Amino acid sequence: MNPAILAILTIIIGVGGCVGYFYFSNQLLDKVIFPARGPNIGRNINRANMVRPWLFLFPAIFALGLYLAYPVFATLWLSLTDRDQGGAFVGLANYSQMSSEPKFWEAIGNNMLWLIVVPAMSTAFGLLAAQLTDRISWGNIAKSMIFMPMAISFVGASVIWKLIYDTRPENQDQIGVLNAVWVWFGGDPQTWLTIEPWNNFLLMVVLIWIQTGFAMVILSAALRGVPEDTIEAAIIDGAGPFQIFFKIKIPQIMSTIVVVWTTITIVVLKVFDIVLAMTNGQWGTQVLANYMYDKLFRSFDWGVGSASAMIIMLLVSPILVWNVYNANKEMR
Amino acid sequence: MAGLALKQIRKSYGPVDVIHGVDLDIDEGEFIVFVGPSGCGKSTLLRMIAGLETISGGELHIDGQLVNDIPPSMRGIAMVFQSYALYPHMTVFDNMAFGMRIAKADAAEIKRRVGEAAEILQLEPYLDRLPKALSGGQRQRVAIGRAIVRNPKVFLFDEPLSNLDAALRVATRIEIAKLHESMPSSTMIYVTHDQVEAMTLADRIVVLSAGNIEQVGSPLGLYDNPRNLFVAQFIGSPAMNIVPAKIVKTGTKTTIELPDGGKVVAPIKSGSALEGSNASFGIRPEDLSIVDGDKKPVLQGQVSLVESLGEVTMIYVDIEGRDEPLVAKLAGTHMFERGSTIKLTAEPEKMHVFDSEGISLQHL
Ligand SMILES: Nc1ncnc2c1ncn2[C@@H]1O[C@H](COP(=O)(O)OP(=O)(O)O)[C@@H](O)[C@H]1O
Ligand SMILES: [Mg+2]
Repeated sequence: MNPAILAILTIIIGVGGCVGYFYFSNQLLDKVIFPARGPNIGRNINRANMVRPWLFLFPAIFALGLYLAYPVFATLWLSLTDRDQGGAFVGLANYSQMSSEPKFWEAIGNNMLWLIVVPAMSTAFGLLAAQLTDRISWGNIAKSMIFMPMAISFVGASVIWKLIYDTRPENQDQIGVLNAVWVWFGGDPQTWLTIEPWNNFLLMVVLIWIQTGFAMVILSAALRGVPEDTIEAAIIDGAGPFQIFFKIKIPQIMSTIVVVWTTITIVVLKVFDIVLAMTNGQWGTQVLANYMYDKLFRSFDWGVGSASAMIIMLLVSPILVWNVYNANKEMR
Repeated sequence: MAGLALKQIRKSYGPVDVIHGVDLDIDEGEFIVFVGPSGCGKSTLLRMIAGLETISGGELHIDGQLVNDIPPSMRGIAMVFQSYALYPHMTVFDNMAFGMRIAKADAAEIKRRVGEAAEILQLEPYLDRLPKALSGGQRQRVAIGRAIVRNPKVFLFDEPLSNLDAALRVATRIEIAKLHESMPSSTMIYVTHDQVEAMTLADRIVVLSAGNIEQVGSPLGLYDNPRNLFVAQFIGSPAMNIVPAKIVKTGTKTTIELPDGGKVVAPIKSGSALEGSNASFGIRPEDLSIVDGDKKPVLQGQVSLVESLGEVTMIYVDIEGRDEPLVAKLAGTHMFERGSTIKLTAEPEKMHVFDSEGISLQHL
């Protein structure tokens, strides 16, 4: 069949199915199970209204359960079994094997480094960009430019930056921007991505480049929400631009900053594509997600792979909870 | 010279002129109220005095010093905003202390000054609270306290009571009046669109309309002797009744003819050039009374509505020459049938006559 027809068919079935589900399940509830007539009419209406939210939530809960909750438990189980022994239960053996591998500790260490540097730098640059672009006439163009990397996939961004860090043999022209600049200043061409530990920071730059746009957009909206007259009151109180920024504006958008920070933190914990595409974890740049991928899909060791996945989840969960808590606070 | 001097102050936003050249002298310690309808430029004028808006033209002197290009914090002013503009992340104490901290004042001195302000405004129990844990009235008192702590030469208020409910508005108004009494050397400039606030607080009222000063004067001066139709109708509630008329005789007294043919003699001097010209006759609702006996009425018409408020009765009367009914405010309770004829009179010295340009004959 023609793919276009297939797509249209999918849309019709999908959308129609959703509409049908909501319509008929509500009909069933209101007409058959708890009909709005007869002696118990008041009680029936109340009950129907109590059930209705669940009717609406059911598809989402079901899908989330199938694609999120089930895999979590399956992964937990896999991390306690061994493939070579036909999936036999081995307790915490995978975890102890993992903790004896230096590459795992390298990944943990690098992840911590990413965790400290990337959210901080992205939020700081985003805040700076938000404040500065609000003040200039071509601010919206600048904003679009800064936001653009958000539209590029991590792998795409990695390819772009790999070219920037590119190295050619010494007798050829350097096409990598970094080397070009370096040579222009009189240095010898470097293979940047192999220089430990700085190569880690070169990878982080890619994610900071992408996430700054996100931070800027959210923080710029928050900055606009700071009441103008609190700023005017501060001007009358004698505060200068820096004092206004740090003592009046930043405290008022603190909860948004926390949300942005934690959201980027979660992205960082999952960082994978960039490392895979640029160094594949060589030269001391391994991170947890790439380690997991290595184990699961290259060594086919589902036990240790799942164990490292559980570690990532363990690290993400508290930050996620905190993020949701702050986002809720923000909305109130 | 202490106080403020505004000389031909102008404001334009691009091609749009908002303030068209305001001249005003304000003495030290005066309580000045800017009133006018919404959008007439009261806030703009006040914000230019504060330094929050640049002055497009003219000169502003505070305490004898030209301050056009001096930043707000150096002008010796403090401002209270309609929306309170408290710093939401700071306690009441920190809100009031912020300005002094910026100025790197001594901690003990800050404590003393904030304590004093808190005592005047009875804010002591709330010093550790955040603004969101305060009621609207308390928040506005904190905003006033923050202004007091700055110890300014000039206090600027931009509709400080507009966000409060009616009862709090009265209470806070009285508080502001007391504050002014307790600081006799502080000049206060207060913006409002509420003429009751203007009448009760002001030493002098500045009536603004569309970026121009219509009249400056004491509250009762404006009430008794408005310079033009705008002021006449803006000050006083309900507004002054205006009836179109024609000047038929000039001299030390002016005789006018009303649309129904009735003649009224007002004890107002007029020049002979005005004879035969169109004019407006003005009389306040509270200055009208019912004709007793068969004396000649000043105005008469048909009752269209009676509102009994207990202490007063408002009677709406359809008369010739006006589409809208005329209002009479009579003390006590009065009964009238709708449609019945009512005859009204007024003391001659309460009458106002405006020429065809809308200027009161007394001001010509
Ligand atoms: N930033 C601005 N740009 C253009 N026009 C403005 C601006 N601020 C105020 N105005 C205009 O100036 C006039 C006076 O405004 P304002 O001083 O706020 O009036 P008021 O306080 O008397 O209600 C209004 O007509 C308003 O539309
Ligand atoms: Mg205003």
